[in-house]
Amino acid sequence: MTSAVSLQTVSRHFGAVRALDEVDLEVGEGEFFAMLGPSGSGKTTCLRLIAGFEQPTLGQIRIFGDAVEGVPPYRRNVNTVFQDYALFPHMNVRENVEFSLMLKRVDKATRAREAEAALELVKLGGYGDRRPGQLSGGQRQRVALARAIVNRPKVLLLDEPLGALDLKLREQMQEELKALQKTLGITFIFVTHDQGEALSMADRVAVFDFGKLVQVGTPEEIYTKPNSRFVADFVGSSNVLAPEFVETIAGERRWASLRPEAIHLLRSEGGHSALTGTVVSRSYLGATTRLGIELGGTLLHAVVPSGTDVPADGARVTIGFAREALHLMEDAG
Amino acid sequence: MRSDTPRAPWGLKLAAGAGLFFMLAPIALIFLYAFSSEERTYQWPPPGLTLKWFAVTWNRPDVWQALTLSVQVAAISTAIALVLGTLCAAAVSGTRFFGRETISLLVILPIALPGIITGISLRSAFSLMEIPFSFWTIVLGHATFCIVVVYNNAVARFRRTSGSMIEAAMDLGADKFQTFRHVILPNIGTALLAGGMLAFALSFDEVIVTTFTAGQQQTLPIWMLEELVRPRQRPVTNVVAMVVVIVTLLPILLAFYFSRGGDQTVAGMGK
Repeated sequence: MTSAVSLQTVSRHFGAVRALDEVDLEVGEGEFFAMLGPSGSGKTTCLRLIAGFEQPTLGQIRIFGDAVEGVPPYRRNVNTVFQDYALFPHMNVRENVEFSLMLKRVDKATRAREAEAALELVKLGGYGDRRPGQLSGGQRQRVALARAIVNRPKVLLLDEPLGALDLKLREQMQEELKALQKTLGITFIFVTHDQGEALSMADRVAVFDFGKLVQVGTPEEIYTKPNSRFVADFVGSSNVLAPEFVETIAGERRWASLRPEAIHLLRSEGGHSALTGTVVSRSYLGATTRLGIELGGTLLHAVVPSGTDVPADGARVTIGFAREALHLMEDAG
Repeated sequence: MRSDTPRAPWGLKLAAGAGLFFMLAPIALIFLYAFSSEERTYQWPPPGLTLKWFAVTWNRPDVWQALTLSVQVAAISTAIALVLGTLCAAAVSGTRFFGRETISLLVILPIALPGIITGISLRSAFSLMEIPFSFWTIVLGHATFCIVVVYNNAVARFRRTSGSMIEAAMDLGADKFQTFRHVILPNIGTALLAGGMLAFALSFDEVIVTTFTAGQQQTLPIWMLEELVRPRQRPVTNVVAMVVVIVTLLPILLAFYFSRGGDQTVAGMGK
């Protein structure tokens, strides 16, 4: 796999603030890559470094093998979809999409044809004469997308592309973005703070926290084998188990994560082991029910199939799970 | 207007009418006396009406000199203000640096200060530096407050222009000059036009700062002031006054129109 973008011990410091700290990252060609993290974790800084709006304090960035140190954004074969779309309000949709072609002095007929093709790709064919101000949020987003892909960049960067859309539109756009990426075959790198979005869309996910790259892996790896409490906590709603607790059930004094859906219930009336507890909360989620179970001071969440045998509040239950579902994490705590 | 809008009571209408009359009647009188056949006094009613003062004014070289000087001063100070005011607005709104708010305040100060203070300080500064009073000292004086007008207009527009738009332009292949030409200028253009016209109008009828910074030159307002003292061909002053009203009113109306139109295009961009 060729590297589309590679970061070698890249740091970006703003005074004393380490927005990005010694990050090593390889993004493969044609990959749909997500950068996930809470706000201020460095994911957006990372994107801006690749786009060329920021320069690394230390380290090196390569785009398809070429070092891009000092190369301004307008000479990088990389385009960005901005969080606020950043459409030009004084131009209509077609002029917005044609902008990069106009700068390249492509002739008018070709320009119009390619702009229309890009608009077709984002399902906005025929909208060329509208003004950005006349479009809905979702449509503006599509224009921003069309404007960024009309140039056929080698890498497309998306900064929280779906952040401003409502839930339904967001789900629809997630699928469309994936389809678009398959059609174009170019590398997509997108930044998000929504773990669901990252897991459902990306081929691989990089999790950032406090400027550090915490974990990189496929969505499944990140979800089932988080390498730290932070990842386990941030990606989904995993149970994070304290070392003392893990020692009693697994014999090792380490932090561990346990997915709520990996827990099943064994009814127990009088039994008293480390895995027996009391149901303290119950939320009905439709097909499943989410239970809060207190086990000797530790609160665990379990997701069980809804039905008649879901224990009531205050019921005594014993939990069970497969040993391999308990994922021991690297940090000792 | 909607028909269910409550009607104003007649007392309020009367008061508003009286207020407007009080403000506008003197201006109407100025216009009327431009046509008076009496040249020494402003007697009421004018003994007769004539158009001859327009011809007289047209043939007076001192009027032409004053008018030319005023137009030149206004044009050049506006041009200086456009460049410096825009640059200053771009710096203040586009970057963060120590003392930014202070600079913003200092730039606006000349218009907040009484003109007489600006005039005195410039005059003493010029004589201290032994700069002879000339056309350029007037231009400098006017530029101080013209910059404020342009700056205020530009800074308001810059604030509403998304910063990522400039990055988007560069991302799509525009170098700094192309970004300015294709993205920044079209977005602040109407604001600059409005600011420029307002600056021109302000400079064109400025008296106080001009009095302190001019040498022997007479701008149009100064010329009018001198003319009122002499009881000869008085209606000529009124003709000139009419011209000044028209020359300053038109740009202000246009500026109003443009800054309003600009609001709409930018407001439509809100997320």
